[in-house]
Amino acid sequence: MIPGYITTNAPALLIAVPLLGAFLSPLIGKISRDARALWVLAVMTLTALIGYLVAFLVYTEGTLLYVFGATNATLAVPPDSGGIPIRIIFTLDAMSALMVTIAVTVGFAVILYSLSSDSRRSGLEAYYTIFLLMIGAILGMVSTGDLFNFFVFLEISSLASAGLVAYKVEKGRAVEAGLKYLLVSTIGGIFFLFAIGILYGQYNALNMAMLADMIQWTPLDKLALVLVVAALAAKCGAVPMHFWTPDAYSMAPSAVTAMLVVASQASLYGLFRICFTLYGITLNYATIGWVIIILGILSMIIGVTMAIPQKDIKRLMAYHAVSQTGYMLLGVGVGLAVLGDQALLNSYGMTAMEGGIFHIFNHAMYKGLLFLTAGAIIYQVGTSDLNRMGGLGHRMKWTMIFFIIGALAIAGIPPFNGFASKFLIYESVFAFSPLLSIIAMVVSILTLASFVKVFHSVFMGPPLPGNEQVREAPRTMLIGMTILAAIVIISGVFPEFFVQNLIAPAAHALTDQAGYISAVLGGA
Amino acid sequence: MAFATSLSSGFGIWDPLLWVIAIIIGLVIAWLLWRSGVSSYKKDTEQTRPYLSGNAEPPKGEVHIRAGNLYWGFTEGIKGYYQRIVPLHTGIATDYLLWIFWVAGILLVIVMVV
Repeated sequence: MIPGYITTNAPALLIAVPLLGAFLSPLIGKISRDARALWVLAVMTLTALIGYLVAFLVYTEGTLLYVFGATNATLAVPPDSGGIPIRIIFTLDAMSALMVTIAVTVGFAVILYSLSSDSRRSGLEAYYTIFLLMIGAILGMVSTGDLFNFFVFLEISSLASAGLVAYKVEKGRAVEAGLKYLLVSTIGGIFFLFAIGILYGQYNALNMAMLADMIQWTPLDKLALVLVVAALAAKCGAVPMHFWTPDAYSMAPSAVTAMLVVASQASLYGLFRICFTLYGITLNYATIGWVIIILGILSMIIGVTMAIPQKDIKRLMAYHAVSQTGYMLLGVGVGLAVLGDQALLNSYGMTAMEGGIFHIFNHAMYKGLLFLTAGAIIYQVGTSDLNRMGGLGHRMKWTMIFFIIGALAIAGIPPFNGFASKFLIYESVFAFSPLLSIIAMVVSILTLASFVKVFHSVFMGPPLPGNEQVREAPRTMLIGMTILAAIVIISGVFPEFFVQNLIAPAAHALTDQAGYISAVLGGA
Repeated sequence: MAFATSLSSGFGIWDPLLWVIAIIIGLVIAWLLWRSGVSSYKKDTEQTRPYLSGNAEPPKGEVHIRAGNLYWGFTEGIKGYYQRIVPLHTGIATDYLLWIFWVAGILLVIVMVV
């Protein structure tokens, strides 16, 4: 049905297609704007199809290897290499497959939305090129099994994201936000590069499986882990390194903001991948687990409390993104804290991890949806100031419905998907520490309060003077929002299907360090 | 591959379908209540004009409670907290970087000592 050369080379195509599409986009744009729009949509559709194919192959056949430059794409360790995987290897297990699924799904919805939302802007040839580069970089980050390769994709993602944050200029405010994002990303990148240097200097390897096989928890290994945790926690917006988030998220075009959420999650993936797969039980899992839990709790509390007084709709949502990242850190942090105790891991650790990982999936969908609704509102009203909005529910009914779906999901109201993942987190974390679980519940209540404020301010009441001409968002924007809203509802009503088929395999892939190592080095 | 089963956390069970059924029942009850309302109701007539103790109704746009006025009590109640947290968000890029260095330093001490 699908030619063998496509399935064999799918991991490479996953990166090659968006990269090729990105660099051809300015040339296609010379023909016409419509041709470029069609080209970008076609490239993203193809990327999404390849992404789903890769995910399907991983979930049905197990970990997928792709060795760049080898005669055989699965020959990780050449016979004459002395047992060292010398080439760049993409290693896609169930966790990677989940992240690929998230990235291509949100990417497709966002590109579709962007065709209308950004059609009025100039400089679109650069915009779509950078956008596709960003998507390609995210896919690379979650696919690669090579530390240095991860760093390269992290840098591409950072540069592309900073460019997109600064894209609107906005009297210099967007440029400033882009610069701040770039500074934080650069420091994060340098930290990460130092960590790679430390590990390479000790073990003479860059492949994660190879490193995982040899790592010993020496003082230098500890230093490398500290640098990685600080770098990637800053990149995913964990408190107290979250300050760039409201700046960048609020100033970027809304379609970009939705994708920035996924870019942050790719950094979160990197953090989890290195803690679990590279270090595994060799690290002091209880200490590092608690460090991640504390970062998560701080993110939840400070994120939500800073969101409540905000008067800019996107800035408010950005603080909520920080807060929701806290749930992911909390869930997976609890799993890490009991990683070495199989009984506790089985009792609640795996469930906590499943909750945290499910929240990554859910957050990408509902937060992406919320940013898209904010973009539709700003597109029509011309301001992001909540004080200048009101009564839009009369004229933007569909946007209002999508907002309600996203807001209820992020607040953890059943039957939307945010509740399902929070349910797993609440119950499992309660067994670990009741106080942490109670904090998580209180944060959810505050989240609901905050979104009630937004709902009232934006949609309720009479149409305000100056908003009489507001109309519903264009159709392609609505289609983009519909895709994400449908996933929010379906994954909320059928959570068991998602947990059993996507989330649990991902959580097990993270904890199965031996399986990851043997998938790469097994043939050595 | 079951689609409509409940989600188990190992400690409890969550069945979204029950909730959906409850929502549908709630919506039906709401619809029945709405349906039993005054049938002679006419929109945009004297019937819908609010009574404000004889005062004239201000323009609609002026009575909408704006976002800045919501949750004033909440933020005022924990003013001490906000007085400490908000100033940390300086908006200065070098401060952002300093926080990363602080976190890395503290982490290093924790990881090396514990």
